[in-house]
Amino acid sequence: MHIAVITKSVPDTEAVVSVDAGGKLLAGDKLVVNPWDEYAITEAILLKEAHKAKVTILAVGPEQHNEALKHGLAIGCDQAIRVWDGALEGHDSLVYAKAVAAAIQKLGDVTLVMFGRELPDIASDAHIFQTARKLGWNLLGSVSKIEALDFAAKTIRVRRLVEQGTEVLSSRLPAVISVLKGINEPKYPTFIGIRKASKTEIPVWGLSALGLDAAAAQGQAAVTGYRELPKREGAVEIIEGASAQDKAAKLVEKLFAEKVL
Amino acid sequence: MDFMLNEEQLMAQEMVRKFAQEEIAPTIKEWDQKHQPHPHVLPRMAELGILGINIPVKYGGQGFDYITLGLVCEELERVDASLRVVMSVHAGLNSLALLQWGTEEQKQRFLVPQAKGEKYAGYALTEADAGSDPANLRSTARREGDVYILNGEKMWISLATKADHMLIIAKTDPHAKPVHKGISAFIITSDMKGVTAGDIHGKLGVRAGSTGWIAMQDVEVPVENRLGEEGEGFNIAMSCLDNGRFTVAAGATGCIRACLEDSVKYSKERHTFGVPIAQHQLIKQKIAFMQQWYDAARLLVFKAGWLKNLGKRNTRETAVAKWFATDMSVKAALEAVQLYGAYGFSDEYDVERYLRNAKGATIYEGASEIQQLIQADYALGYRKDKPIRCEPVAYDADAWQSEA
Ligand SMILES: Cc1cc2nc3c(=O)[nH]c(=O)nc-3n(C[C@H](O)[C@H](O)[C@H](O)COP(=O)(O)OP(=O)(O)OC[C@H]3O[C@@H](n4cnc5c(N)ncnc54)[C@H](O)[C@@H]3O)c2cc1C
Repeated sequence: MHIAVITKSVPDTEAVVSVDAGGKLLAGDKLVVNPWDEYAITEAILLKEAHKAKVTILAVGPEQHNEALKHGLAIGCDQAIRVWDGALEGHDSLVYAKAVAAAIQKLGDVTLVMFGRELPDIASDAHIFQTARKLGWNLLGSVSKIEALDFAAKTIRVRRLVEQGTEVLSSRLPAVISVLKGINEPKYPTFIGIRKASKTEIPVWGLSALGLDAAAAQGQAAVTGYRELPKREGAVEIIEGASAQDKAAKLVEKLFAEKVL
Repeated sequence: MDFMLNEEQLMAQEMVRKFAQEEIAPTIKEWDQKHQPHPHVLPRMAELGILGINIPVKYGGQGFDYITLGLVCEELERVDASLRVVMSVHAGLNSLALLQWGTEEQKQRFLVPQAKGEKYAGYALTEADAGSDPANLRSTARREGDVYILNGEKMWISLATKADHMLIIAKTDPHAKPVHKGISAFIITSDMKGVTAGDIHGKLGVRAGSTGWIAMQDVEVPVENRLGEEGEGFNIAMSCLDNGRFTVAAGATGCIRACLEDSVKYSKERHTFGVPIAQHQLIKQKIAFMQQWYDAARLLVFKAGWLKNLGKRNTRETAVAKWFATDMSVKAALEAVQLYGAYGFSDEYDVERYLRNAKGATIYEGASEIQQLIQADYALGYRKDKPIRCEPVAYDADAWQSEA
């Protein structure tokens, strides 16, 4: 009964994001744990409490990701592992997924991998699908409720939000799931957890520890630069008229002329 | 010299910030307008462990240091003074006094449930005719065999109607010379026969806080409930204030920060003469002062917290922090109201509440005038720290964080 939650430190959601002259993204120094992951971490802790499971929290990235890992420890995860290697610098989502999958395999007995719905800094969830594919496990995305989990029988039943409504899905374990907001009320760290987390040295697993070679760390896609969206320009126009009806008629005329209607 | 907060302190600060911002801030204005405590505050602070933040783990607390207590108070008062007042009385004035002066048996009986948040605690020194001059108090405690009989009425007591345990300062010898030698401290519980309490209405500020009176009529208090020796009550009451004032000072830095953060935001949004008001020099000056007051107040608080961690006496350093931080919080709030213009004068925004709350802190736990007398008397050599039987308890991370 071993659950792994995957997390990442991301720029503060309130940060003002801009792009510098060299096409580099600037989002301030403040990092927070990916807000989507807060739900995944809390869900893992709830499962831990209900099933006496062990929870490992994992991040791929340089030292700044320790913050998200420590947050997880402070909430109640049993151990944290950071995967990083200089060779992973500039990785794409597939390389990220390979690294996560290798770490899960190294842990050995994990049967449930949990992600927050997406990475808000790059607005992508590709890494979740790719991780499931690399592991060869079922993927249950956009889970809004875990209805049943049986580690002994190796089954899980979840409720998913799909375009048409909700879908109830059963799967074998091991599986990879991504969770939605609203699956729970994210927990705060506890003070005992904070004390424990601040004393923990987080181990770092490099490529060799994961049994990956440098070729595996070679990304196929790379971001070459960012550009700001063109500034939106507009002017306010007050429509004059004798009566409300008159004003409304003029407005409709204008909207037709501008091809808005 | 190291001004860096450690990881543990930063994470605790972040956690309390989240609690205050997410759970209390959205509705605090309504409770303030209703003149009622926010119903979540006490139970959630208890549940999250905030009430026992700097009590050793073996006494049911969380084992953090005094600096963390200060950071917690700052975050709480960033949202509303009523949250911080809870820490001032429950933790600062009561629990820390039990830690410093209590017998092992008293710690087990009173401190453990308080630190765990199972029982709420307060501190009752002030009376209708004795505030700044507490030696003049009239409540009495007459010994009869194994009990003391307490009589009297305490006024302006925070959590009067909420606390389960109350630290009462009363006279065991009304004729003692000097007067303070006749004063003793007792722990009473709200369920004791003869104890009644009520709320005070019509306060200018801390309207979401509970403030009231406690009357004692022939209350039988077992001798085991006397804190310290007979005649030691005045020293105990003053040592309590060394901790209470620290929380008030730290809270006031939170109030200054609230004024600063809100003013920064508003001054960039509000336009006059074609530019955001933030671009007018006289508005910048207000922002600059708020920043200066915040930085200076915070340094004084950290200095006092550092002395506390070392277990050194800190009456003067805590008093100067309390005096400066609370006076500056009033100034910051006045400037914030001014900067907001008519909107600052309205309860649509938070700054008028900051002002009303800030004013209280320059009165309670020793008014600013009293803090000034303390500074002058130390400087003039009229006042010196005399040894006390139980010195302040130094912070020891290993001991405070171990279970046994
Ligand atoms: C919201 C709130 C919560 C409180 N909570 C508690 C509590 O939990 N427990 C508790 O015991 N008390 C509490 N108090 C009481 C508070 O500590 C007293 O109000 C305070 O000590 C001042 O006493 P006083 O109001 O009697 O003013 P007074 O002592 O009557 O003073 C009146 C004025 O004279 C000034 N003054 C007095 N003496 C001198 C002097 N020698 N030189 C110069 N100026 C002087 C004072 O500074 C003040 O400005 C609370 C008060 C408030 C408002």
